[in-house]
Amino acid sequence: MASDEGSHYIELCNSPIKFEPISKQNNVFYDDANQQVFTVRSGGSMGVVVKGPNDRGSITFRMEDRGNVNSMKFSPDRRILAIQRSPKSVEFINFHEDQTTDTSEYSQTCKGRSTEIKGFVWTNVNEIVFITGNGAEFYQINPDKRSLKNLKSLNLSVVWYVWMSRPDGGMLLLSSGQLANALQPVYFIQGSMLKLPKFEVDLPALPKQPKQSLLERDVTMAYIYGQLYIIVLRHQPRPGAVGAEVVLYMVPQQKCSFVWESPAKKTNVLKLEMSGRFAINVVDSLVVVHHQASKTSVIFDIQLDGDSDGFVTNHFPVVSPLPIKPFKMYLPTLNIQQGQDKMEYNCELYSANWIVFQPNIVIDAKLGCLWSVELKLEPLVTMIPDKCRLVKFLLQRQKSKVVILDVFRQMLMPGMQVGLPVISRILDMLNDGYMQYLDQEIQALVTVAIEPSSQQDPRDRVIIDQSDMYTNVFAVFEDNSKIPYKFKVAVLIEYIRSLSQRDIPVQHYVYELLINTLVHNNCFYQLHQFLQYHVLSDSKPLACLMLSLETEYPPAHQLALDMLTRLATANEEIIEVLLSKNQLLPAVRFIRKAGITDTVSSRKFLEAAMNTLDKQLFFTVFKFFQQRNIRLRGSPVFHPGEHCEIYVKHFEELFGTDAIPQSVAVS
Amino acid sequence: MSKPGQISLLSFFIFNPTYGPKEGEEHKKIMYYYPTNVDIDTKIKQVGLCEAIITFTRTFSDKPCETLHTQKTRQVYFQPEKDFWMVMTVSVPFSEKTKDGQVSYEYHEEDVQDPVMEALLRQSYRMFTLFNGSIYYLLQKFDNNVQTLQTRLDHFFSRYVLTLRPVSSDLLDVFSGISFLPLDKNTYLKVQCFINVLESTFQQVKYTAFLYNDQLVWSGLEQDDMRIMYRYLTTSLFPAYLEQELQAAGMAPSPGTRHASTSNIGSVHYGKFVTGPPNVDNPKNMGKIPRLYVNTEEENEECLLLVYRALTASVCLLINSQHVVNFEMCTKLDQFLGQQLSNLASEISEQYSAKRPASSSMEPMYKYIYFNHMNLAQKSTVHVDSKKSSGVFVSQDTLKLLCDISSDLQRNNQDGETFVRTLTDCWVVGKKSDQREMVVVINQKNHNLIEVNDEVKKLCGLNFNSIFFQD
Repeated sequence: MASDEGSHYIELCNSPIKFEPISKQNNVFYDDANQQVFTVRSGGSMGVVVKGPNDRGSITFRMEDRGNVNSMKFSPDRRILAIQRSPKSVEFINFHEDQTTDTSEYSQTCKGRSTEIKGFVWTNVNEIVFITGNGAEFYQINPDKRSLKNLKSLNLSVVWYVWMSRPDGGMLLLSSGQLANALQPVYFIQGSMLKLPKFEVDLPALPKQPKQSLLERDVTMAYIYGQLYIIVLRHQPRPGAVGAEVVLYMVPQQKCSFVWESPAKKTNVLKLEMSGRFAINVVDSLVVVHHQASKTSVIFDIQLDGDSDGFVTNHFPVVSPLPIKPFKMYLPTLNIQQGQDKMEYNCELYSANWIVFQPNIVIDAKLGCLWSVELKLEPLVTMIPDKCRLVKFLLQRQKSKVVILDVFRQMLMPGMQVGLPVISRILDMLNDGYMQYLDQEIQALVTVAIEPSSQQDPRDRVIIDQSDMYTNVFAVFEDNSKIPYKFKVAVLIEYIRSLSQRDIPVQHYVYELLINTLVHNNCFYQLHQFLQYHVLSDSKPLACLMLSLETEYPPAHQLALDMLTRLATANEEIIEVLLSKNQLLPAVRFIRKAGITDTVSSRKFLEAAMNTLDKQLFFTVFKFFQQRNIRLRGSPVFHPGEHCEIYVKHFEELFGTDAIPQSVAVS
Repeated sequence: MSKPGQISLLSFFIFNPTYGPKEGEEHKKIMYYYPTNVDIDTKIKQVGLCEAIITFTRTFSDKPCETLHTQKTRQVYFQPEKDFWMVMTVSVPFSEKTKDGQVSYEYHEEDVQDPVMEALLRQSYRMFTLFNGSIYYLLQKFDNNVQTLQTRLDHFFSRYVLTLRPVSSDLLDVFSGISFLPLDKNTYLKVQCFINVLESTFQQVKYTAFLYNDQLVWSGLEQDDMRIMYRYLTTSLFPAYLEQELQAAGMAPSPGTRHASTSNIGSVHYGKFVTGPPNVDNPKNMGKIPRLYVNTEEENEECLLLVYRALTASVCLLINSQHVVNFEMCTKLDQFLGQQLSNLASEISEQYSAKRPASSSMEPMYKYIYFNHMNLAQKSTVHVDSKKSSGVFVSQDTLKLLCDISSDLQRNNQDGETFVRTLTDCWVVGKKSDQREMVVVINQKNHNLIEVNDEVKKLCGLNFNSIFFQD
């Protein structure tokens, strides 16, 4: 088996939950609703240990051995333990907060003499459903009174059932009919039971063979992209067809809370192209199918690609089948005579002892391990050569941000560069998500007052914003001198285009990067044209950047002034620019036009005028401000707060004291 | 060529005084001389006179002599490269007057404007270098063979001189600006990205320019190169091509599009080569591909100019002449450009037509020419169209006045304004702010100075509110 890092995209988690393996004295149960493993020694008299990935510690308790346990499950709040020992009744034990138990049990028998309980599920805190051969019985438990009350019952001849719990209840799928292919979904939510439209799974009609009935092990339920699907494995879909397929039935989203309009409908078919024993997991909205015979797994992404006939979309595996990553574990040694407690054990993958639970659990009861199935994204990067497909795939995954940024950075590196059209499409993909995120942010701001975010996106989407792109991609490629500047500029322009088309304001640092790239390569005229068409949005920092380029490219001065004018909040800056250029008359005309003559600092102007050594100019500016003083205060004298004494003195030196008119009152 | 009494071209010559310093070798100085049918002695005399004037005036100024005014002629001098002089002589317009039965001529010296004539001369040199490279570059290329240079000059100028029209030259020739297409940011970015993809797909393409009608959208060339190429495209290549298309359309009843016959609507496009293969289905005809010399990245870089047009959008592709432009490449370009350029062109035209009615619905009572020295952006509502073929909205006198005001403003380095009232009671206002200039003609006879000033302020507020243009 290949062992190099790059050739496995599925792995089992590093730290499995370990429990005592199954044996004559030790019974093991798994409750997939609470994700808990129960190990029951000698019917409970030797102790029961409960472990799960969601529990901080394990729960240990003893109970009376009252016969063989068929199944046991905690209520969602871990306060009531339900135990089924006989086909007629279920017993309950109350748990206190400190995990001590009540001494005695209480029980509930099912209705009807010939009825047998197939199993039970907790639908909520203090709510339980018994699934019997005749239907479902929905009970409410009062733990204090140690009694149950029947809320509702459903009559249906049940062959088998599948349950999937949700935080607010759960979905029960009851199979009925001769071939067990009539499925009745029942939705449970806080004290109520809702029947959804019934539907039938079409079974393959094979010539000269009786139809095979639908088996419980071939049907599961899972949420994929926030949408509930019933997943059916079909071993031989059509006469003559080779290879099994997985059929997805979409359960339509609930429009208003008590009405389901249409039955579940077949939407996707996943082609396995293999046959034999399969097990299905759903990881990160991907359907993972394990194949025992070939010891490989494949992944399907129903949002990636596939050919649709208008009703059903056919999918092929995202990449070719590969085994789960092999791993080693330290386990108690089997041959004690060697004197070792533990030894390294090469875990058998796809073992016959494996049992798979939804959404992503694998249990090896003989080994005493519970793993969660995980997806490794990095190896997939090289396995999906089409970059657009790759990024589309990655964008749908959780925790893929680092990988996506890495992929994008690689695409720009010399030798691995991809064409601009591909880059363009990928940027659009990234920014579509970015835009949706920004829109949601705004929406959230608007609606936050009305209702605290009741419904969030079930999956936190990967958002790649401008600072991510800048620090991880652009800043890196800016420093790479092997990339031609033309390419750099083209990529940045594509990025700006993509953002701009989505009305996302571009951050200054992106502009700055573009400007620097252009300036370092003396492409001033190109820069000029970009500014002319407002490709770079106006801002004070950008205007200042342009001013700093004036020595290298004189027109930058004009561009900066224009930009400051358009900003309409930069009068101070415009004055500074003009004064620094000794353009006193334009500056004076500017303040007159802007109507800010009364508020500007006359000192600044007089100082600039004095520094020009142009007597006439100084005279003009001085007189201009004297007139302002007369208008403001009825006197040409400068306000002491303006600190203009030295300019008054300078004026007197140049033109004599007579040139200064005395205040109106005196003359 | 022109009516008697109008300004007309008398002579146009290029000489280098260092080529025939000895007596009896004077003819060697002459590189090019128009009119050609003049005998050699006259040529030598004329050139000698110019040389003398140039040398003589040098005593008085560091700046070389620019023009010589005589009663009947105006001579303009221009030294484009060391020791090479270009001289153009035009006649001064005159009118006949009959007084006491005697016919006398009155010469109108002020009707010949030096800036315009200088601009014409300068432009002719730049046009020559666009197609040949600089004079010294040519000399170097041909091992200092002066005769080859003469052939080249003759080859170019013998045709170019005929296109010189001193009569219809005006302020726009002085500015020699570029008209930019107003476009919104997103469409502009689309054009940008289109060009980037084009240049990355066809690595041979070194520079690209994108025009819509006669208006520039993008230039990968430096400003000075673009200025002269823009001139070439809008005054020579495009008009000739359009005429040819028009004739072809007149002859063939249904010109249509090349792919119009195919059933697939998606593949219909309007792309065609303006220079290069006229028909991409006929590999035998490569068409004419002009050879240009640009100075954007290096001096006198030899490039081939392929121009491709769809609807009214044109892409100019400059390909370094090291690369071979063959039919196969043109076919690939056609495949790449045809559909995309057609789409872009129609997108621009939608925007363009959406904008237009607003401006033309209200016929303004003023006409103006705007020019920005920084980016060569030019706008004129004085002229009917940019090619100047359809004439102007103002009188010739006013047009000349505009030029005078502009050169006055330029001479004075400060920002400023000039208000002039013409004999016909028109107001003409010139404004200069930083590197921008505007001259406005206001046809309001009853306005006083204050009202005219307000009028101009209103105009600036309307048209130039997004730039720093001072009142």
